[in-house]
Amino acid sequence: MNGALRKKLQGYVGFANLPNQVHRKSVKKGFQFTVMVVGESGLGKSTLVNTLFNAPLYPSKDHVLLSEESPKTVGIQVLSTDIEENGVRLKLNVVDTPGFGDFINNEESWKPILETIEGRFDSYLEQENRVNRSKITDLRVNACLYFIAPTGHSLKALDIEFMKRLHKKVNLIPVIAKSDTLTHEEIAAFKERILLDIAHHDIKIYHAQHYDSDDIETINETKDVMSKIPFAIVGSDKIIETPDGRHVRGRKYPWGAIEVDNEEHCDFVKLRQMLVRTHMEELREFTNDIHYENYRTEKLLVLGYQQDNTVFREVDPLAKLEEERALHEAKLVKMEQDMKHVFQQKVQEKESKLTQSEQELYTKHKEMKDALEKQRLDLEEKKRRIEQGRPITPEKTKKKGFGFAGK
Amino acid sequence: MSVEAEHSQPILQSYVGFDSITSQIEKKLLKRGFQFNVMVVGQSGLGKSTLINTIFASHLIDSKGRIQPDEASRQTVEIHSFTEAIVENGVKLRLNIVDTPGYGDQVNNENCWEPIIKYIKDQHSSFLRKELTAMRDRFIQDTRIHCCLFFISPTGHSLKPIDIVVLKKLTEVVNVVPVIAKSDSLTIEERIAFKHRIKEEMKFHNINLYPYASDEDDEQDSALNDSIQDLIPFAVVGSEKTIVVDGKTVRGRQNRWGVINVENENHCEFIHLRNFLTRTHLQDLIETTAMIHYETFRSKQLLALKENGQQ
Repeated sequence: MNGALRKKLQGYVGFANLPNQVHRKSVKKGFQFTVMVVGESGLGKSTLVNTLFNAPLYPSKDHVLLSEESPKTVGIQVLSTDIEENGVRLKLNVVDTPGFGDFINNEESWKPILETIEGRFDSYLEQENRVNRSKITDLRVNACLYFIAPTGHSLKALDIEFMKRLHKKVNLIPVIAKSDTLTHEEIAAFKERILLDIAHHDIKIYHAQHYDSDDIETINETKDVMSKIPFAIVGSDKIIETPDGRHVRGRKYPWGAIEVDNEEHCDFVKLRQMLVRTHMEELREFTNDIHYENYRTEKLLVLGYQQDNTVFREVDPLAKLEEERALHEAKLVKMEQDMKHVFQQKVQEKESKLTQSEQELYTKHKEMKDALEKQRLDLEEKKRRIEQGRPITPEKTKKKGFGFAGK
Repeated sequence: MSVEAEHSQPILQSYVGFDSITSQIEKKLLKRGFQFNVMVVGQSGLGKSTLINTIFASHLIDSKGRIQPDEASRQTVEIHSFTEAIVENGVKLRLNIVDTPGYGDQVNNENCWEPIIKYIKDQHSSFLRKELTAMRDRFIQDTRIHCCLFFISPTGHSLKPIDIVVLKKLTEVVNVVPVIAKSDSLTIEERIAFKHRIKEEMKFHNINLYPYASDEDDEQDSALNDSIQDLIPFAVVGSEKTIVVDGKTVRGRQNRWGVINVENENHCEFIHLRNFLTRTHLQDLIETTAMIHYETFRSKQLLALKENGQQ
């Protein structure tokens, strides 16, 4: 597409209506969004979910019966609701993680959470690989809200450990819980320290992208929202009366009343804006394009699939034919060369063998000739002796004479 | 004397003067000065150092939170002890504050309470040894912990498992006063429900908190103790900063939507805690440590020594 030419239209064609068609189709299909809330108990997770979607999704916690038994592992509870606004249906799934950070030993507390997220990736992967893919349910976690306790110092060891393990698998959005316990200067200092901690440990929290095609307003809006991360929030599903008589959602104290929907008081509005109004779709895309794809690549590599990059090359039929022919010819040439080589080898072998046997024959011949020569000389010697009338063995007489002389 | 006189006290016929013994004791004690040892236990970030500074109205200890990102978080619980002498109206108080940074801060907090329990027992043990030596000081310096302020995180739900375990162990060796930290995050209804829940849990787990009911208490004392029992755990807010409210400078916290006055009884129970610790029960805390906790420790130790000797 990079090489495509940009042509100017001469009249109205009508494909500018595409977004509306997509809109109609999506509204008919409905949307799905899965958000996970993680944090120590008592930080206001359930209340925040109720506040975000303005519906009593989580009932207030009834007092659990006192007992010696308490759960030993982090539980995973999923709440599914269908909510509708202006004809748009949203299937909202909230995954709660009761027990996280509440035990004496919290070393395994992120395991069930990690398993849930990966399990959902696995089920989506399996659905993608099925033969019949007409109905795929997307249960992947689109956002993870991590609740930080408002200590005012910096991140706890558990916070850092959890975030380090999950930032590559899910969109992490840290929030400062119950921030009405901190003054504004304390919140600003706390946020700074949290961001320093996050940068120090190379944790990648969710960061909205800027697109070149966005208008200035959207870019500024996004920048504004992102600058408030981690969001300092207060949640409330109760209506209170403020000192000046208004009825708003908030919390009432003897010293004042904090309004949840007031941007001056807390960052709840910004969080809702990002999560629901502007970046919900982007969070889903991020989950699909980045986190899910990374997981899929890792998983397939582990399973032994090799990366075959040739499937990415563009295919032109004529060129392919030429290529094949060239390949074939090359093969033939190679075969010819091979055969020549083999032939030469054989010839050399035979030659060397022949020279060897020639050598052998020659030496044998020489030997035999020498032996014959020796015999001939011998015979001649004997002949000479006989002609001179001497005994055949001259040495014996000599010896006899010697013996007599001795006596 | 008649038979009735044996059952009733003899009536003094003229002024003897032994009622001045109280002022004699007071003079002696003023010269000697008092020693009070308090320990603070709680997770990092609950405002322990700030609260101590607020109670004694001076900057005694610094917050030990981790500020720099490249600082590693503490791997074990440390015991830091500071001694300060503060004077008020001629009364000298030697204050020893024991801080326990690192408690409950790690991912795995198993046995994080052991250094704390060991420290408390060590103080008892060193006092016992000083008592038992042949040549001992006339006035042994008392480093035993008189009061342990236990900070509960304001979740609004219930006590955490680690809190329950540690409270059980602590109440066996020291006077424990539980405190709900940073209680400005709870509305009044939430605070009442939370306290109720905590008291239920303490009763369920048989956790015995100071003040202890005793048979020697008269009516006034038991009434006071009952009212304290109702208030425990104290919901406090600490602040070293001063703000101006209605023209008066008070210690408090200021937000864009309200101002918390630490010394206002309607806002938090700081006043009650301070009065309890310093104005009404200071002497009782010291005495209870000596008479109950120390004696329990002492008898256990001596029995164990005797058994070891016999073996």
